[in-house]
Amino acid sequence: MEVMNYPLEITYVIASVLFILGLKGLSHPESARRGMHYAEIGMLLAVIGTLLSGEIVTWEWIITGMVIGSVIGTAMSVWMPMTAMPQRTAISHSFGALAAVLVGVNEYAVHTEKAYGIMPALGFEVLFGALTVTGSLMAFGKLQAIITSAPITYKGQNFVNIALFFITLVMFVYLIFFPNNATIFYVMIGLSFLIGIFVVLPIGGADMPVVLSLMNSYAGLAAAATGFAINNKMLIIAGSLDGSSGFILSIIMSKAMNRSFANVLFGAVGTPQVDTSQLAEQRPINRFTIEDTKFALEQAERVVVVPGYGMAVAQAQYAVRELSDELEKRKVKVEFAIHPVAGRMPGHMNVLLAEANVSYDQLLEMEVINPSMDTVDVCIVIGANDVVNPAARTQKGSPIYGMPIINVDKAKTVIVMKRSMATGFAGIENPLFYEPNTKMLFGDAKNVLQELVAEFKKK
Amino acid sequence: MPNIVELLYILILAGFVGFEVIKKVTPTLHTPLMSATNAISGISLVGSLVAAGSSHQVSQMLGFVAVTAASINVVGGFLITERMLKMFKRKERK
Repeated sequence: MEVMNYPLEITYVIASVLFILGLKGLSHPESARRGMHYAEIGMLLAVIGTLLSGEIVTWEWIITGMVIGSVIGTAMSVWMPMTAMPQRTAISHSFGALAAVLVGVNEYAVHTEKAYGIMPALGFEVLFGALTVTGSLMAFGKLQAIITSAPITYKGQNFVNIALFFITLVMFVYLIFFPNNATIFYVMIGLSFLIGIFVVLPIGGADMPVVLSLMNSYAGLAAAATGFAINNKMLIIAGSLDGSSGFILSIIMSKAMNRSFANVLFGAVGTPQVDTSQLAEQRPINRFTIEDTKFALEQAERVVVVPGYGMAVAQAQYAVRELSDELEKRKVKVEFAIHPVAGRMPGHMNVLLAEANVSYDQLLEMEVINPSMDTVDVCIVIGANDVVNPAARTQKGSPIYGMPIINVDKAKTVIVMKRSMATGFAGIENPLFYEPNTKMLFGDAKNVLQELVAEFKKK
Repeated sequence: MPNIVELLYILILAGFVGFEVIKKVTPTLHTPLMSATNAISGISLVGSLVAAGSSHQVSQMLGFVAVTAASINVVGGFLITERMLKMFKRKERK
């Protein structure tokens, strides 16, 4: 029985409580910052406690590592534009998971005798860790457009992935019984790196919210497994908090896309084959000019803006807020309706609008806005498509049938800002554009909005 | 040899606490939630520190890289979360 280091253990208990309180603070924007301070103090206590625990005999590598890491981390968070938040999150997951893998390898390579007894935990640690490292790097590459964000597919892809997964699993089970086979241990880690790459390869840009959430969850699970491996209860608690967070977000995202986990991971092979000839619209579209739009908005009492990824691409969030200011000056009530999967990560639109100084109480969830949608005078759709497609309610054959959408078509007038008539990610026709109450306003969202604001400012 | 069952209790109970706490997080803050949990999962830093600070050379090297990576995660994660949360303001309206 090891002698317990009571001061250290108590520090860890306090840190664990602070982590929980920190996440609890995020239930409301008012309490969120205080919550984060709790979590930061928790982290600081955990680090200081560990450094003073008496286990540390050399300092140079610790100090060098912490300095380099802090400088890079600070640089990344200070200069990273808010639109790049999904990429930053992805690459950061990758770093955290890398640390977990290395701690696991260290346990195995150096504390060999001890490692044999904890192989199940160690195995989970390096497996989750390794696949999160490469999976997150892939997600980063796709979000940063280093690799194409379109699904990359080939024949027999699911077979390759499942085979790879199965082989890795067999190796893991083998290691539990014969832990002294180092070759298998390292090959297993290598395969796990491959799995991370292969699994994200066929996943398209619009499914990235689910991938990011899953990676968030895996990074947490890797940390929890590390806790099992080095017998550290705080790591288990912190890890399972993150694990459940990522898990809940993945569920929310999948539900909002009307897809199962399995479908996101294995179903993205090839785009859905839809018989568009039957669904093709024969109705004419109605176009609006800037002046028409201004006129419609001036007559309105309640305006709802529905942003999508297109708003982020066009960097139109500031222009949107200016428009909202102009309307509020004219006593028009402006709200923003945010679909859970609008953008490339959970909450993406909210952060961009907050950055542009939109008040957070104007940001409403889909479920909140939908019941009163028929009292909305003008609904402006900016760079969103599939999340406002009424086919999800009406066309049984549609691949998005059943997906929860923002019911913009129920508003008295819908103004759709779009670059062209191109389809959204799901590749399907949007009947919304042909409704009599829908007006199309073509052009780059940012330019169009700026022209509109200029028009309002004229007099 | 750690008591696996005891650790499993902790894992499961913490998982339930996490589930209840995260469920109440407002969707408006889902991006900060992600970067915050991301920073917290950098808690593997604790294990990395022990490795980097040991007397064994291999451990030192592995630990050094791990400490660097985990520090990026922790420092970067908390700073960006703060930066985001600062932006969520409420406008005073009359």
